[in-house]
Amino acid sequence: MTLVLHRIDDRLIHGQVVVGWGQPLNIQFIVLVDDAVAASEWEQELYRMGVPPEMDVYFLNVADAIAALPRYRDDSRNGILLTGDIETMRRLVDDGGIPNVNLGGIHHRVGRTQRLRYVFLNNDEEAALRDIATQGVSISAQDVPGARPIPLDDLLAGVAG
Amino acid sequence: MSDGQGPAENDKPTPRAIVAGHGDFANGLVSAVDLITGRGGQLIPVAVPGLCAEDIEALIRERMRESGVKVIFTDLQAGSCTMAARRILRGVDDALLIAGVNLPTLLDFVFADQMPVIDAARRSAERGRSAITVVGSAGGVKQA
Repeated sequence: MTLVLHRIDDRLIHGQVVVGWGQPLNIQFIVLVDDAVAASEWEQELYRMGVPPEMDVYFLNVADAIAALPRYRDDSRNGILLTGDIETMRRLVDDGGIPNVNLGGIHHRVGRTQRLRYVFLNNDEEAALRDIATQGVSISAQDVPGARPIPLDDLLAGVAG
Repeated sequence: MSDGQGPAENDKPTPRAIVAGHGDFANGLVSAVDLITGRGGQLIPVAVPGLCAEDIEALIRERMRESGVKVIFTDLQAGSCTMAARRILRGVDDALLIAGVNLPTLLDFVFADQMPVIDAARRSAERGRSAITVVGSAGGVKQA
Protein backbone atom coordinates (compact mmCIF):
# COMPACT_ATOMS: atom_id res chain seq x y z
CA MET A 1 0.00 0.00 0.00
CA THR A 2 1.25 3.51 0.65
CA LEU A 3 0.62 6.67 2.60
CA VAL A 4 -3.17 6.63 2.77
CA LEU A 5 -3.67 9.81 4.78
CA HIS A 6 -1.79 13.13 4.77
CA ARG A 7 -2.96 14.89 7.89
CA ILE A 8 -2.37 18.22 9.58
CA ASP A 9 -3.07 17.93 13.28
CA ASP A 10 -1.50 20.12 15.93
CA ARG A 11 -1.91 17.39 18.53
CA LEU A 12 0.20 15.12 16.31
CA ILE A 13 -0.17 11.57 17.63
CA HIS A 14 -3.32 11.20 19.72
CA GLY A 15 -6.47 9.14 19.96
CA GLN A 16 -8.12 10.23 16.71
CA VAL A 17 -4.98 9.42 14.75
CA VAL A 18 -3.98 6.15 16.38
CA VAL A 19 -7.43 4.71 17.00
CA GLY A 20 -9.94 6.77 15.00
CA TRP A 21 -8.08 6.54 11.70
CA GLY A 22 -5.52 3.91 12.58
CA GLN A 23 -7.91 1.03 13.06
CA PRO A 24 -10.27 1.41 10.06
CA LEU A 25 -7.39 2.16 7.70
CA ASN A 26 -5.24 -0.61 9.15
CA ILE A 27 -2.42 1.85 9.71
CA GLN A 28 0.88 0.17 10.41
CA PHE A 29 3.19 3.17 10.39
CA ILE A 30 3.17 6.91 10.96
CA VAL A 31 5.62 9.35 9.42
CA LEU A 32 5.66 12.29 11.80
CA VAL A 33 7.31 15.32 10.22
CA ASP A 34 8.19 18.03 12.67
CA ASP A 35 11.54 19.75 13.03
CA ALA A 36 11.24 20.19 16.80
CA VAL A 37 10.16 16.63 17.52
CA ALA A 38 12.82 15.25 15.19
CA ALA A 39 15.43 17.08 17.27
CA SER A 40 14.24 15.77 20.64
CA GLU A 41 14.65 12.21 21.85
CA TRP A 42 12.34 12.94 24.77
CA GLU A 43 9.53 14.15 22.48
CA GLN A 44 9.96 11.12 20.27
CA GLU A 45 9.70 8.78 23.22
CA LEU A 46 6.58 10.61 24.38
CA TYR A 47 4.84 10.02 21.06
CA ARG A 48 6.21 6.53 20.60
CA MET A 49 4.61 5.46 23.87
CA GLY A 50 1.25 6.59 22.53
CA VAL A 51 1.09 4.04 19.75
CA PRO A 52 0.58 0.30 19.94
CA PRO A 53 3.73 -1.81 19.61
CA GLU A 54 2.75 -3.13 16.19
CA MET A 55 2.67 0.40 14.74
CA ASP A 56 5.96 1.99 13.68
CA VAL A 57 6.61 5.71 14.02
CA TYR A 58 9.28 7.51 12.03
CA PHE A 59 10.34 10.97 13.17
CA LEU A 60 11.77 13.19 10.46
CA ASN A 61 12.57 16.85 9.98
CA VAL A 62 11.25 18.44 6.81
CA ALA A 63 14.45 18.12 4.81
CA ASP A 64 14.84 14.45 5.61
CA ALA A 65 11.16 13.81 4.98
CA ILE A 66 11.33 15.24 1.49
CA ALA A 67 14.10 12.80 0.70
CA ALA A 68 12.41 9.84 2.37
CA LEU A 69 8.80 10.24 1.22
CA PRO A 70 9.19 8.25 -2.01
CA ARG A 71 10.31 5.28 0.06
CA TYR A 72 7.29 5.55 2.36
CA ARG A 73 4.96 5.89 -0.62
CA ASP A 74 6.30 2.60 -1.91
CA ASP A 75 5.93 0.88 1.45
CA SER A 76 3.84 -2.28 1.34
CA ARG A 77 2.03 -1.20 4.48
CA ASN A 78 -0.59 1.50 5.12
CA GLY A 79 0.79 4.68 6.63
CA ILE A 80 -0.12 8.18 7.73
CA LEU A 81 1.94 11.27 6.96
CA LEU A 82 1.44 13.65 9.86
CA THR A 83 2.42 17.27 10.38
CA GLY A 84 1.55 19.61 13.22
CA ASP A 85 1.08 22.73 11.12
CA ILE A 86 0.12 23.93 7.67
CA GLU A 87 3.50 25.37 6.79
CA THR A 88 5.25 22.03 7.26
CA MET A 89 2.71 20.32 5.02
CA ARG A 90 3.09 23.04 2.41
CA ARG A 91 6.83 22.45 2.27
CA LEU A 92 6.19 18.77 1.68
CA VAL A 93 3.55 19.50 -0.94
CA ASP A 94 5.92 21.83 -2.76
CA ASP A 95 8.15 18.84 -3.38
CA GLY A 96 5.29 17.01 -5.05
CA GLY A 97 3.61 13.65 -4.65
CA ILE A 98 0.96 14.57 -2.10
CA PRO A 99 -2.47 14.22 -3.74
CA ASN A 100 -4.66 15.26 -0.83
CA VAL A 101 -4.49 16.82 2.60
CA ASN A 102 -6.69 16.15 5.59
CA LEU A 103 -7.22 19.00 8.07
CA GLY A 104 -7.65 17.04 11.24
CA GLY A 105 -7.10 19.51 14.03
CA ILE A 106 -5.89 23.10 14.05
CA HIS A 107 -7.08 24.45 17.34
CA HIS A 108 -7.69 27.86 18.86
CA ARG A 109 -4.88 30.30 19.14
CA VAL A 110 -4.81 34.10 19.36
CA GLY A 111 -5.33 35.57 15.90
CA ARG A 112 -7.14 32.57 14.50
CA THR A 113 -10.80 32.53 13.45
CA GLN A 114 -12.96 29.48 14.04
CA ARG A 115 -13.97 27.66 10.87
CA LEU A 116 -15.07 24.40 12.40
CA ARG A 117 -15.18 22.96 15.88
CA TYR A 118 -11.68 21.67 15.32
CA VAL A 119 -10.30 24.08 12.72
CA PHE A 120 -9.18 27.63 13.52
CA LEU A 121 -7.18 29.60 10.95
CA ASN A 122 -5.43 32.95 10.66
CA ASN A 123 -5.06 34.84 7.39
CA ASP A 124 -1.60 33.47 6.64
CA GLU A 125 -2.78 29.91 7.21
CA GLU A 126 -5.75 30.41 4.92
CA ALA A 127 -3.44 31.76 2.23
CA ALA A 128 -1.12 28.80 2.68
CA LEU A 129 -4.01 26.37 2.26
CA ARG A 130 -5.16 28.15 -0.91
CA ASP A 131 -1.60 27.96 -2.18
CA ILE A 132 -1.50 24.22 -1.56
CA ALA A 133 -4.83 23.82 -3.35
CA THR A 134 -3.55 25.67 -6.41
CA GLN A 135 -0.98 22.91 -6.79
CA GLY A 136 -3.77 20.45 -7.49
CA VAL A 137 -3.95 19.07 -3.98
CA SER A 138 -7.42 18.20 -2.71
CA ILE A 139 -7.90 19.60 0.80
CA SER A 140 -10.74 18.79 3.15
CA ALA A 141 -11.39 18.98 6.86
CA GLN A 142 -12.41 15.78 8.59
CA ASP A 143 -11.49 14.97 12.16
CA VAL A 144 -12.59 11.32 12.17
CA PRO A 145 -13.50 8.85 9.40
CA GLY A 146 -17.21 8.91 10.22
CA ALA A 147 -17.47 12.68 9.83
CA ARG A 148 -18.45 14.39 6.59
CA PRO A 149 -15.40 15.78 4.80
CA ILE A 150 -15.61 19.55 4.38
CA PRO A 151 -13.95 20.80 1.18
CA LEU A 152 -11.56 23.71 1.58
CA ASP A 153 -13.74 26.08 -0.44
CA ASP A 154 -16.72 25.43 1.81
CA LEU A 155 -14.55 25.74 4.89
CA LEU A 156 -13.18 29.13 3.90
CA ALA A 157 -16.52 30.35 2.57
CA GLY A 158 -18.05 29.70 5.95
CA VAL A 159 -20.66 27.32 4.59
CA ALA A 160 -19.27 24.25 6.31
CA GLY A 161 -22.03 24.24 8.90
CA MET B 1 -23.98 14.21 56.68
CA SER B 2 -26.36 14.99 53.88
CA ASP B 3 -29.64 16.61 54.81
CA GLY B 4 -31.18 15.71 51.49
CA GLN B 5 -30.65 19.22 50.17
CA GLY B 6 -27.13 18.70 48.96
CA PRO B 7 -23.89 18.62 50.90
CA ALA B 8 -22.99 21.47 53.20
CA GLU B 9 -19.92 23.45 52.24
CA ASN B 10 -17.84 21.95 55.04
CA ASP B 11 -18.75 18.46 53.78
CA LYS B 12 -17.02 19.11 50.50
CA PRO B 13 -14.22 16.58 50.17
CA THR B 14 -10.69 17.60 49.39
CA PRO B 15 -9.86 16.87 45.75
CA ARG B 16 -7.33 14.06 45.43
CA ALA B 17 -7.02 13.52 41.70
CA ILE B 18 -7.78 14.88 38.26
CA VAL B 19 -9.67 12.82 35.69
CA ALA B 20 -9.12 13.95 32.09
CA GLY B 21 -10.08 12.54 28.72
CA HIS B 22 -11.91 12.77 25.45
CA GLY B 23 -15.35 14.32 25.11
CA ASP B 24 -17.45 13.93 28.24
CA PHE B 25 -15.43 10.97 29.48
CA ALA B 26 -14.21 12.68 32.65
CA ASN B 27 -17.55 14.18 33.63
CA GLY B 28 -19.30 10.89 32.94
CA LEU B 29 -16.88 8.83 34.96
CA VAL B 30 -16.85 11.23 37.89
CA SER B 31 -20.64 11.39 37.74
CA ALA B 32 -20.78 7.60 37.94
CA VAL B 33 -18.39 7.54 40.88
CA ASP B 34 -20.52 10.07 42.69
CA LEU B 35 -23.73 8.20 41.92
CA ILE B 36 -22.32 4.96 43.30
CA THR B 37 -20.34 6.25 46.26
CA GLY B 38 -21.16 9.89 46.91
CA ARG B 39 -17.42 10.49 46.77
CA GLY B 40 -17.14 12.07 43.35
CA GLY B 41 -15.95 15.29 44.96
CA GLN B 42 -12.53 13.73 45.40
CA LEU B 43 -12.12 13.88 41.64
CA ILE B 44 -11.75 16.90 39.39
CA PRO B 45 -13.09 16.20 35.90
CA VAL B 46 -11.28 17.98 33.09
CA ALA B 47 -12.69 18.15 29.55
CA VAL B 48 -10.62 19.62 26.74
CA PRO B 49 -12.91 20.27 23.76
CA GLY B 50 -11.30 22.23 20.98
CA LEU B 51 -8.04 22.91 22.78
CA CYS B 52 -4.61 22.63 21.24
CA ALA B 53 -1.95 20.56 22.98
CA GLU B 54 -0.40 23.57 24.70
CA ASP B 55 -3.75 24.69 26.09
CA ILE B 56 -4.58 21.19 27.33
CA GLU B 57 -1.30 21.09 29.21
CA ALA B 58 -1.89 24.58 30.62
CA LEU B 59 -5.41 23.66 31.75
CA ILE B 60 -4.35 20.48 33.55
CA ARG B 61 -1.36 22.26 35.07
CA GLU B 62 -3.66 25.00 36.35
CA ARG B 63 -6.11 22.50 37.86
CA MET B 64 -3.21 20.80 39.62
CA ARG B 65 -1.85 24.09 40.89
CA GLU B 66 -5.13 25.38 42.27
CA SER B 67 -6.12 22.06 43.86
CA GLY B 68 -2.73 20.74 44.89
CA VAL B 69 -3.48 17.26 43.57
CA LYS B 70 -0.62 14.99 42.52
CA VAL B 71 -2.53 12.25 40.71
CA ILE B 72 -3.88 12.39 37.15
CA PHE B 73 -6.10 9.72 35.62
CA THR B 74 -6.50 9.79 31.82
CA ASP B 75 -8.50 7.69 29.40
CA LEU B 76 -6.20 6.66 26.58
CA GLN B 77 -2.48 6.12 26.39
CA ALA B 78 -2.29 7.89 23.03
CA GLY B 79 -4.68 10.65 24.06
CA SER B 80 -3.87 14.33 24.17
CA CYS B 81 -4.55 14.51 27.90
CA THR B 82 -2.10 11.70 28.52
CA MET B 83 0.52 13.43 26.40
CA ALA B 84 -0.06 16.66 28.31
CA ALA B 85 0.14 14.91 31.66
CA ARG B 86 3.38 13.23 30.71
CA ARG B 87 4.85 16.61 29.85
CA ILE B 88 3.68 18.01 33.18
CA LEU B 89 5.18 15.11 35.10
CA ARG B 90 8.52 15.36 33.34
CA GLY B 91 11.10 15.85 36.08
CA VAL B 92 8.44 15.70 38.80
CA ASP B 93 9.00 12.90 41.31
CA ASP B 94 6.00 13.34 43.62
CA ALA B 95 3.16 12.99 41.13
CA LEU B 96 1.63 10.11 39.20
CA LEU B 97 -0.18 9.55 35.91
CA ILE B 98 -2.43 6.55 35.34
CA ALA B 99 -3.56 6.17 31.72
CA GLY B 100 -6.40 3.88 30.72
CA VAL B 101 -8.54 4.57 33.78
CA ASN B 102 -11.86 2.81 34.21
CA LEU B 103 -14.70 3.00 36.70
CA PRO B 104 -13.44 0.21 38.99
CA THR B 105 -10.13 2.04 39.25
CA LEU B 106 -11.78 5.21 40.46
CA LEU B 107 -14.15 3.41 42.81
CA ASP B 108 -11.21 1.78 44.54
CA PHE B 109 -9.35 5.08 44.63
CA VAL B 110 -12.08 7.12 46.30
CA PHE B 111 -12.55 4.50 49.01
CA ALA B 112 -8.82 4.45 49.73
CA ASP B 113 -8.84 7.93 51.20
CA GLN B 114 -7.02 6.83 54.33
CA MET B 115 -4.00 5.82 52.29
CA PRO B 116 -1.32 8.16 51.00
CA VAL B 117 -2.71 9.35 47.69
CA ILE B 118 0.11 8.00 45.55
CA ASP B 119 -0.17 4.57 47.14
CA ALA B 120 -3.94 4.66 46.69
CA ALA B 121 -3.57 5.54 43.02
CA ARG B 122 -1.08 2.75 42.38
CA ARG B 123 -3.29 0.22 44.12
CA SER B 124 -6.41 1.39 42.32
CA ALA B 125 -4.70 0.96 38.97
CA GLU B 126 -4.06 -2.68 39.77
CA ARG B 127 -7.62 -3.16 40.96
CA GLY B 128 -8.96 -1.54 37.82
CA ARG B 129 -6.79 -3.72 35.62
CA SER B 130 -8.00 -6.88 37.27
CA ALA B 131 -11.63 -5.78 37.23
CA ILE B 132 -12.03 -6.41 33.50
CA THR B 133 -13.97 -9.62 33.16
CA VAL B 134 -15.05 -11.63 30.13
CA VAL B 135 -18.28 -13.55 30.54
CA GLY B 136 -19.64 -16.16 28.15
CA SER B 137 -18.24 -18.99 26.06
CA ALA B 138 -18.58 -17.39 22.60
CA GLY B 139 -15.32 -17.51 20.71
CA GLY B 140 -13.56 -19.33 23.49
CA VAL B 141 -12.11 -22.80 23.81
CA LYS B 142 -14.87 -25.37 23.58
CA GLN B 143 -15.36 -27.42 26.71
CA ALA B 144 -15.10 -31.22 26.38
